[in-house]
Amino acid sequence: MSETGAATVDDSKDPSGFLSEIIGASITVKLNSGVEYRGELQSVDGYMNIALEKTEEYVGGQLKHKYGDVFIRGNNVLYISQD
Amino acid sequence: MAEGDESVAAVSEPLDLVRLSLAEHVFVKLRGDRELKGQLHAFDSHCNLIIGDVEETIYIIGDEEDDDTIRTVKKTSEMLFVRGDSVVLISPQTQ
Repeated sequence: MSETGAATVDDSKDPSGFLSEIIGASITVKLNSGVEYRGELQSVDGYMNIALEKTEEYVGGQLKHKYGDVFIRGNNVLYISQD
Repeated sequence: MAEGDESVAAVSEPLDLVRLSLAEHVFVKLRGDRELKGQLHAFDSHCNLIIGDVEETIYIIGDEEDDDTIRTVKKTSEMLFVRGDSVVLISPQTQ
């Protein structure tokens, strides 16, 4: 067990450790609504609020919008994956 | 500022991006197929927002079961308080 109380296989990693590790990387964020956002991860906080750069919005797999910067409210997040 | 990239250095937490949009025009996506465009006057950590000169777009999907047509309704307001829990996304508008 690490100090945060998170049980992991590799003691150096936990879910929020993963998130801070992939800052700057190209990621996909899927929301509960099914909409996906692809962009560069600028920052994450404890609520899983996310700031993305060069963001593309995909609805039903189709590109619908492009945004320069985007703030996503954490409660809408289903998953975050590194591309 | 080691990298010399101001925009990245200024966003150390996601809400900093919203802070940088104060007094600027923003695009806000809400739950329930609604979108807002307007000037951001204030926000807090819940994402409660005060937006001025707002144009609200509501996307209405066909009422019948097999009706997939989308109709849009637009509304304007001088000033809106948006409760944070309905916010999905905030993006600074660059035009």
